Amino acid sequence: MSNLVKPYGDTQNDGKVQLSFTLPVEWSEAADEAARQLATKMGFSDVQVVDGRRIASGFSFFVLYASTPQAIDVESIHAPSARTHAMTMEEIDAFVAERIGRKIRVAGACIGTDAHTVGIDAILNMKGYKGDYGLERYRMFETFNLGSQVAVEELVRYTVEHRIDALLASQVVTQKGSDVKNFTALGELLEAQGVRDDVVLICGGPRVTNRLASELGYDAGFGRGTLPSEVAAFVAVTLAERLRARATAVS
Amino acid sequence: MDLRIDRECVDRCRALAAAIVAPVETFIGAHSTVAVERAVLRLLGVDGITPEEVPLPNAVVDALEPADRDRGVALAFGKALAETGLEPSVLAAEIARGALSLARFRDTHESAARGALRPHVDRALARIAAQRGEREARLARLPQLPPPLLYVIVASGNIYEDRTAAVAAAEAGAQVIAVIRSTGQSLLDFVPYGPTTEGFGGTYATQANFAIMREALDEASERLGRYVMLTNYASGLCMPEIAAMAAIERLDMLLNDSMYGILFRDINMKRTFVDQHFSRAINAYAGIVINTGEDNYLTTADAVDQAPAVLASQFINEEFAHRAGLPDRQIGLGDAYEINPDLEDSFLFQVAQAQLAREIFPDAPLKYMPPTKHMTGDVFKGHLIDAMFNLTSVLTGQTIHLCGMLTEAIHTPFLGDRALALENARYVMGTARHLGDEIVLRPGGTIERRAQAVLAGCEELLGRVAAMGLMRAIESAVFADVSRAPDGGRGFDGVFPRAADYYNPFEEALRPAVAPA
Repeated sequence: MSNLVKPYGDTQNDGKVQLSFTLPVEWSEAADEAARQLATKMGFSDVQVVDGRRIASGFSFFVLYASTPQAIDVESIHAPSARTHAMTMEEIDAFVAERIGRKIRVAGACIGTDAHTVGIDAILNMKGYKGDYGLERYRMFETFNLGSQVAVEELVRYTVEHRIDALLASQVVTQKGSDVKNFTALGELLEAQGVRDDVVLICGGPRVTNRLASELGYDAGFGRGTLPSEVAAFVAVTLAERLRARATAVS
Repeated sequence: MDLRIDRECVDRCRALAAAIVAPVETFIGAHSTVAVERAVLRLLGVDGITPEEVPLPNAVVDALEPADRDRGVALAFGKALAETGLEPSVLAAEIARGALSLARFRDTHESAARGALRPHVDRALARIAAQRGEREARLARLPQLPPPLLYVIVASGNIYEDRTAAVAAAEAGAQVIAVIRSTGQSLLDFVPYGPTTEGFGGTYATQANFAIMREALDEASERLGRYVMLTNYASGLCMPEIAAMAAIERLDMLLNDSMYGILFRDINMKRTFVDQHFSRAINAYAGIVINTGEDNYLTTADAVDQAPAVLASQFINEEFAHRAGLPDRQIGLGDAYEINPDLEDSFLFQVAQAQLAREIFPDAPLKYMPPTKHMTGDVFKGHLIDAMFNLTSVLTGQTIHLCGMLTEAIHTPFLGDRALALENARYVMGTARHLGDEIVLRPGGTIERRAQAVLAGCEELLGRVAAMGLMRAIESAVFADVSRAPDGGRGFDGVFPRAADYYNPFEEALRPAVAPA
C-alpha cells in the first residue's frame, strides 16, 4: 500500500499550498498574470492569485493558492532526531553520576563573527528556556559559556586546554552560508588537531537541523524550540556510549 | 491614559542615577582613548586609507609616542600643521607612510598648534552646524507623519541593495531607516573605508556608505513629501568616530548606549564610558537623536524579571546623556516588547512598562523595540504578536517604533517582509490612534500595580548600584547577569590618562553651542 501524501487543504489529496512572494515589477494586471504563470512554471496547477498589489515603486507582492501534483511517502524519509532521549534534569544527573561517574565538561559559544547568543544562552544559562533549566543548573555538568564571536581556533584551543567533553557551537546568522562555513571550519580544525573524537560535537541555531549536522560530521544538531534537557540528555547518553565503547575496546 | 506612580520615588531614582554617574564622569574627565583621538582627527578633516588599507586616523594615532598621545593627538598634529602648512589629510598620509615624524615638531609652541588647528576646528563645527540646520529646514518643509515613527532595518550586506530596500521601505511608510552593521564591526578598532558590498548580517558602517544612503533618502524624501531619517550604530570600539562621521553626513539618529558594549560585546568598561561621552557630545551638537539599547536586557534574560533593570538603565543612560550635553528631546531611551506571549496578561505587563517609561521620561523620544525572543518560524503567529506590539506602542505614545518582522528569527528581512510589517503597523496605529486618550487605567489595577512594582524594583536596584559604584556593580553582574572586570574586555589598551596639558579642541567647542532643551 502506498503511503503517498499530498498537502491537505480541505480534501484528501487536493494538494493545496499557499505561496507568497515579491516580484521586482510595477503592479499591473499583467503582473498578477505573471505571478500566476510563474507558479504554473513551478509545477503548480489550479493557480489563483488571491492578492496582488504594489508595495513600492517597481515592486509588487502576491499571495497565491495552488495545487501541487507532487506527493511524498513520509515512511521513506530518513531524518533522525537528536531529541530522542526524554529525561528530566534529575534523571540526567542521576544517569551521569551512575554511568560516567564524574561531571561532564561542556563548552558553548557563538562562533565566527556571530554575536547572537540567544540560542546558546537558552541552553546553557541557569534560567534555561520555557521553564526547562539550562545546563549550568545541572549538578553533573560543568559548563563554560564562552559567549559571542569566538574564533574557531580559540574554541579548539579552549577545548583541548580545558579537557572539554562536549562542544556546543551556535550560529544564528545564516547570511550567505556563513553558518555552514563556520561549522565546517570548526569540524575540520578539530579533525586536524586530532581531537575530534574526544568531544561530543553539537551545532545549534534556528536554522540547524540534525540532518545538516550529520552532513557536517557533527554528532547532533538542534534547531528552533530545543529545550536544554534535550541537549543534556543527548550529551549524557552519547558520552556514556562512547566511554563504554572505548572501555570495551581497551579490555 | 495615566498611571498614578510615586513621583517621589521617581525623584529618588534620578538622584541615585546622578550619584552613580558622578564618579564615572570624574574618571571620564581624566582619560581619553584612541577612538576619541581618532574622532578628533576625523573632525579635523583626516579621511582616507594607506596603501595597506589602514585608515589614516588609526595610522596617525598609532604613530604617536605615548607621551604625545597622552596630551591628545590634536597638540602634536596641530604643531605639524603649523610647521608644514599641509592640509590635514595630506599631513596624515605623510605621517602614515613614515615621511614625517610628529616627534620632530615637539618643540613647536602650543599656541602655534592651537592657531593652526583653529580654522579646521571652525570648519568642522560649521559643517556640522550646517547639517543640523539642513535637517531642521528639511523637516520644516517635509514634515514627518505623527509618531510613533515607523523604523525599519535594512541589512543585505551590500550598500546598493540596502539603498533599494530603504527607498522601497520609505515608500511603504517607513520614516526611519537603520542600516544594520555587519556582525563583528562593533569589535573592529577602526572604521572601514569606502562603499562596501560584502557583509554578514548587515552592511559595514563607512562614511561613504552613510553618504550613499543619505543621498538616496533625501531624494525619496522630496518625492514623498516627508523627511525620511537615517540611523546607524555608534556602538562598539569606534563610538566617537561613528558619531563624527554621522554628524558630517547628516544621520538623524544613532544607537548610542552607555553600557551596551560593556555588557553585551565585552568591550572594556572604561573604554566605553570615555567613548560614549565624547560620541554623545558630538551627537548633542549635531542634533542627532540617540537610541539606547535597553532591549538587550530583555532578549538575554526573562523580560518580566528584567523590567526594573530596564528602567534603571534608562535612568543611568539619561544621566550620562545629560552630562554629555544631550537635551531630553535627543535621548531616545529604549524598551522592548519581549515578555513571553504565552504568559497570561503579558499584554498588560507590556502596557505597564511602556506607559511607565512614557510618564517618567515625558520629553524623551522613546524607542520601542519589537518582539524577537519569542518569535519562531511561525510567521502567522509572529505577525499577530507584532500587531499587539504595535497596539502597545500607539496606546502608550512611544516615539520611535522599530517595526517587528513576521520573519524575525528566520532571515534578515526580505523586501516583502518589510512591506507587510509596515502595513501591519500603519493599520493598527491608524485604527487605534487615539485609544490612549479614551482609556482610564483602573486605579490599583493590574497595570498600575505592575508599574509601581517595577519602579520600586528599579529604586532598589539603583540603590545597590550606587552603594557599590557602577564599575563594581557591573563586575558583580548586577546588570543582565553579566560580569565584566574594570580592566578586562576588548579595547582596554586603548584607554589612557590625560596628561596635565591634554588638549582636545572640540571638547569645549561642542558644548556651548548645544541649545537648551
